[in-house]
Amino acid sequence: MPTPTSRGSLLLLLPIALILAIAAALFAWVGGWFGHHDLTPQKMMDTAEASGKQQPGFRRAHSKGICFAGTFSPTAEAAKLSTARAFSQSSIPVIGRFSASSNNPYTPDGASPVRGMAVQIKTDDGQEWRIAMNSFPFFAASTPQGFQQMNEAGMPDPANGKPDPNKMKALLAAHPEIAAFQAWAKTAPRSDSLGNTRFNGVNAFRLTDAQGAERMVRWSMRPRLPFAAMTADQAKDENFLSQDLNSRLAAGPLVWDMVVQIAAPGDPITDPSKAWPDTRQEAILATLSLTHVEAQADGPCRDLNFDPLILPTGIAASDDPVLHARSAAYSVSFNRREREISQGKSAYPTSQNGSAR
Amino acid sequence: MNRPRHFNLLARLLHWSMALAILAMLFVGAGMVVSLRHRDALLALHRPLGIAILLLAIVRLINRLTRPTPALPADLPPIQKAAAHASHWLLYGLMLAMPLIGWAMLSAGGYPIPMFGGVHLPAILPHSPEVYGWLRPLHGALAYLLFLTILGHLGAALYHAWVRRDEVFGQMAKGD
Repeated sequence: MPTPTSRGSLLLLLPIALILAIAAALFAWVGGWFGHHDLTPQKMMDTAEASGKQQPGFRRAHSKGICFAGTFSPTAEAAKLSTARAFSQSSIPVIGRFSASSNNPYTPDGASPVRGMAVQIKTDDGQEWRIAMNSFPFFAASTPQGFQQMNEAGMPDPANGKPDPNKMKALLAAHPEIAAFQAWAKTAPRSDSLGNTRFNGVNAFRLTDAQGAERMVRWSMRPRLPFAAMTADQAKDENFLSQDLNSRLAAGPLVWDMVVQIAAPGDPITDPSKAWPDTRQEAILATLSLTHVEAQADGPCRDLNFDPLILPTGIAASDDPVLHARSAAYSVSFNRREREISQGKSAYPTSQNGSAR
Repeated sequence: MNRPRHFNLLARLLHWSMALAILAMLFVGAGMVVSLRHRDALLALHRPLGIAILLLAIVRLINRLTRPTPALPADLPPIQKAAAHASHWLLYGLMLAMPLIGWAMLSAGGYPIPMFGGVHLPAILPHSPEVYGWLRPLHGALAYLLFLTILGHLGAALYHAWVRRDEVFGQMAKGD
């Protein structure tokens, strides 16, 4: 039993308090409460939410969507490139989602040339692969910081309701690659159907084959239907794409070929704003046959996070910073909207007639 | 009852190894949710480490409940005794609950739960946005509670070692 004289001085409480304060500060710093984080996925999603009136329960970007179901059937060629089970299982039922680009779930289909396609592939070995693609041929920016600055520059100035041209100039000076995307967006042809839209996974991934050989690839879903331009009548109809899907699917499935470009030495692996030359070696990995669509309000794609880094063995991420940022940002978007749904704040229409598709 | 002077070897091994693992886990978790670049790599570590902590916590709880433990000093004020008991059971509760909530949360979020080399854990809850929407913030809030409880635990341990200079710190730091 210690006697009172053997006790240490109460002044020793000071170093104890200091140790605890340092530990707490370190934890808060790592958690981004202060200091070093110039850009976080939370900040990116704050900006996305501010880009238009955010509807609770909806995605922070690509809010308007429609769920689909179909079949993913790999080719014999695919199994030579990657050991992923998705490339050896003969036919896999999949679900997915088409989307329009803004955070407005009621945006008119003709408003933007940017359309999205996401797919969830669950194979019989228990693994899962989620794919998120877009209709643009290359990403707007080389880095998430550039993308964020672009979105900030595009926000209306509260003074006059228009984006500040000086911010746009500063953006293009700091991230010149964005000019190429803006040029694409101005002239990009809008097709008359999702069924003839090509979707590109603009980020690179690493495929590993049975011998352990690795190839860097970028994939795209190339429609079997030829391109046809959106008509003037369609442009007036906010939901022409879902109506078109319904009528086409009544006649039979819509089919895309999943094609990979295989990088050559020196190709920009980590820069999604730079397309690889069309002359790169290609391989058809699979066909996606789409048979069924349903409204996202009560469809199975609504509460899935199509995180592009949910990958099976045999497919791995590249070091593309935009790919990693997409994964981080989608997670924040998912957490926020699922939270809103759980709090009963969802803005989803309860009847399908209130269509947010 | 004849109580030992120290915690048994298993308890001491589990205490110090889990202290490291849980602190690493808390820092990984706090960092990964704000990281634009390293979320996937940190998450790939966070999931199996969390399950490892769950398994170790079960062994530790059994050892704690079935083996005699050293007594607190007889002259420790009752309020400090109560705080010691409450904080220890809070620590046990959180080290079991955090991995289970993480597992349940991923299940309710419709996420796959990969461990190593293509091995996946099954879902323990059905896919539900309502449940995920509650469990996800709960996981984060309890992580901060766990960190604060660990800080309190560390502060108390140092108080016993440096100020009171009683036997409490040695009960976990040394063997017989």
